[in-house]
Amino acid sequence: MGQVSVAPIEIERTESAEETFAVPEPDVPWVTLVHNDPVNLMSYVTYVFQAYFGYPKDKARRLMLDVHHKGRAVVSSGTREEMERDVQAMHGYGLWATLSQDRG
Amino acid sequence: MGGHPGMFEPLKGGGAAVALDDIEIAILRSLAVQLLELIGPGEPEPAADADPLAALFAEGPSEPPSDPALARLFPDAYGGPSGEDEGVDPAELKAWSAEFRRFTENDLRTRKREDALAVVRSLDALIPAGDGGAVLELTGELPLRWLGALNDLRLTIGARLDISEDEESAQLYRLPDDDPRKPMVMAYLWLGGLQETLIETL
Repeated sequence: MGQVSVAPIEIERTESAEETFAVPEPDVPWVTLVHNDPVNLMSYVTYVFQAYFGYPKDKARRLMLDVHHKGRAVVSSGTREEMERDVQAMHGYGLWATLSQDRG
Repeated sequence: MGGHPGMFEPLKGGGAAVALDDIEIAILRSLAVQLLELIGPGEPEPAADADPLAALFAEGPSEPPSDPALARLFPDAYGGPSGEDEGVDPAELKAWSAEFRRFTENDLRTRKREDALAVVRSLDALIPAGDGGAVLELTGELPLRWLGALNDLRLTIGARLDISEDEESAQLYRLPDDDPRKPMVMAYLWLGGLQETLIETL
């Protein structure tokens, strides 16, 4: 542990690469992305979107086709905690999912 | 009774059934056991005087598995196929993925282990006919457990065969009979048929 200081320590910042990276913005929603993979069956991916998200078959199928043709699709959006839950569920089903902050 | 080999059919009143011969039963069981070995044992039984709450707060690993099949079953939660997310510091993505993994991977391993165990148990409960074959009937939670295990098996074999969507993978389906990968490709396609027809019964 460092020494106790009453006043906030002034940290001398050098120009570094980290300045160019975005920091998480609290107001910007997060999204769950499902990525294409060559193994999962189209019918299975559609089933998962219906079973877990409760999407109607048409929407589930459309999302599955987006994953298949575009390489990935946004399947849900919300808070970071909600998206971590969705990603965990997708991994449970064996789908390849990540979460990301939606920057448009 | 009977049904089409290699295809699940819906059961009246819910559930699914498939006719399996003795070799198919042996292959499915062997694959499920191999999957269990790959996923690894659960947490060891805690000592009698251990804090019963400790297991609830046990943390999982923070590094992704080095085995490609395990890495596919337990992927990073941050960063896409390239491991990047535009505009976000890669070191930060890695730290987020590590934290997510610590709090989720143990549960995920447990679920996958239980699915594979359910497969082994339902095969062991079969009462074979004179020719060694049997009709497997799945009811209750078993169709979904089998669905999960069949998918995990295909992901694992897919990783072992390095299946992708390019032309090279298409060659896998036209291997000569003496190719050492042939049996695994046949198993992969057969499991795909089982999974596909199981989904149709849900």
